[in-house]
Amino acid sequence: MNFEEHAAKLFLVEVGITVPESRLVDTPHAAAAAAEEIGCCAIKAQVPTGKRGKLGGIQFATTPEEAQTHANNIIGMEIDGYKVEQVLVESKSAITKEFYVAILNDPETKGPVVMFSTEGGMDIEEISAKTPGKLRKCAVDIRDGLTSDGARTLVDGLFLEGADDAIVDVLTRLYTAYKVNDAELLEINPLVLTGAGDIVALDCKFVLDDSGIKRQIKLAERGSPDRLTQLEIVGEKHGIKYIELEGNVAVLANGAGLTMTTMDVVRHYGGQPANFCEIGGEAYTKGKEALEIVLAKANVKSLVVNFCGAFARCDVMMSGLLEAWDEVEPDIPAFFSIAGTGDKEAITMLKTKLDKDPLPNMDAACKAAVQAADAATQGSPQ
Amino acid sequence: MYICRDKHRVIIQGITGKQGTFWTERMQEYGTNVVGGVHPKKAGAIHCDVPVYASVVDARKDGNVDATVMFVPPLDVKAAALDSIEAGARLVVCLTEHIPVHDVMYIVAAAKEFGTTIIGPNTAGTVTVGECFLGFMPAFNGSIFQPGSVGVISRSGSLATLICQNITASGYGIRVFLGIGGDPVIGTSTVDALRALDGFQGVDAIAIVGEIGGGMEEAAAEYAASMDKPITAFIAGGAAPAGKKMGHAGAIIMGDKGTYKSKRIALENAGVNVLDTPSHIGDALREALAV
Repeated sequence: MNFEEHAAKLFLVEVGITVPESRLVDTPHAAAAAAEEIGCCAIKAQVPTGKRGKLGGIQFATTPEEAQTHANNIIGMEIDGYKVEQVLVESKSAITKEFYVAILNDPETKGPVVMFSTEGGMDIEEISAKTPGKLRKCAVDIRDGLTSDGARTLVDGLFLEGADDAIVDVLTRLYTAYKVNDAELLEINPLVLTGAGDIVALDCKFVLDDSGIKRQIKLAERGSPDRLTQLEIVGEKHGIKYIELEGNVAVLANGAGLTMTTMDVVRHYGGQPANFCEIGGEAYTKGKEALEIVLAKANVKSLVVNFCGAFARCDVMMSGLLEAWDEVEPDIPAFFSIAGTGDKEAITMLKTKLDKDPLPNMDAACKAAVQAADAATQGSPQ
Repeated sequence: MYICRDKHRVIIQGITGKQGTFWTERMQEYGTNVVGGVHPKKAGAIHCDVPVYASVVDARKDGNVDATVMFVPPLDVKAAALDSIEAGARLVVCLTEHIPVHDVMYIVAAAKEFGTTIIGPNTAGTVTVGECFLGFMPAFNGSIFQPGSVGVISRSGSLATLICQNITASGYGIRVFLGIGGDPVIGTSTVDALRALDGFQGVDAIAIVGEIGGGMEEAAAEYAASMDKPITAFIAGGAAPAGKKMGHAGAIIMGDKGTYKSKRIALENAGVNVLDTPSHIGDALREALAV
């Protein structure tokens, strides 16, 4: 789960890392009032995406009038698909030096990795492309955490304008925030040394591990939920992982890997999947709800059902699906591939209820669904 | 890594639950040497014909524990896994999905110190065909698993079931199945599993079932280049859009990392036969195993 900058910075404040004075506002008028109090300031769009600076979502103002104009331009702007509703009016810092600091869950070392660079301000892809030698990384044993000695080793030998101790202190505090909040990523970019000699976090990115949400419920309330389509919301409500896509071949399968593969095979035969929808694992009794969702999209021209039973039994999934069939009354051609645990029972049910046979394998079912969708598209103005 | 054999002594954590009971019975029928179960509050009971202990450490008093299988809810997994590791289990199979990643990293760090193999999390488990299985793969289903000489490594249980079924339908059989799990951080990576199957007698060809996201297939490709045993691979998610989690938390493309293309190129450069669809596996094996 992503967090907007103002929400992410709270995690820093909680562990004693300094952030600039700021006000969160939602009107140009309030932005002007905030600038009146704060003085020279940055007007920053609050959207959970890293692209806002490049897309004009951050502007600087020296007067309240300027702040109002910028806020007027930024509020309502669309950035990377997000509509800006609030801006952060933040005191502008006199910057002597910018640093990059991040802690993340690293799949390769299978533990936390702390990253530091003296080239702050650029995004991490730019840093690793332009100045890879200046990006320091250290893997941390999560059982020990990041000690002061560990942090000191990470920045050893770098020229830090005399702020070494302050930076080591920020690193260990940041690690605490990462740990107690089940972060997937906690990044400060830039962390700056000000003219006054303070170390201040000008920006902050916090991503909460989705699997950690169940023990961080309070904290998740501060986050920005994923943007979902209407159908995706319905799926989530039923505990079904449904993702809406552009194509016209509806896909219904069990298990993440098998469902992705069904989409791949549809595409392999020249079709475009309309969705990702899986009812594996605990959701394998949700055949009825799943059928309703995958057929709800207006442009769907055919359906491929691909069940490969293991933990999730084909007959259980099929009985839910057939139960929904009468209610949904699908008017598009459907193609089935059925194998694994409970396959014989499922095939019998399909024959009895719909007088249909499954195709011999997944490829045949996907290919037939693609052909049917093509034929339907050619036959209609769409 | 450590591969379970029929002689190995297995403890089931969470044996008394609905899933724990159902799958323990299936494992016992197949030949898995289940010597006990664990439930913190039901110590002293007999369940599925084996004694229930308060912990794996307790069970250790009645004999060695080689492997454990966990049917445990996400937030209890860390304590359960550390119990297994402390008891000296060589292999810990972690089936549970949605475990906080910080807990997984903690378990993996502890396992590394003790030399324990962690399989998973978010996996269907492992099968040593004709000997034993750990988890909930349908090892007992003859249309999916027949004895043979293929080693299968998979991030996905459902897709692996399909691949194994295709292998069986084309007249080949399987020696070892290793489900490594669909999470971003997992105990046994593709390359660890590949190394184990490379050294496993009776495995003559290997099938890697990968997914978009992460860098595990690329890392496995480096090792694959040095191997003599033929390798076939299928990578799921070529049609998936970037930035969306496709069911598995690990299956997500971020920027240009973890893409289908990068994995396919890395594997092909290492001499691996990468399939367009899983149903081509029979032909691929025919080619690979032709004398």
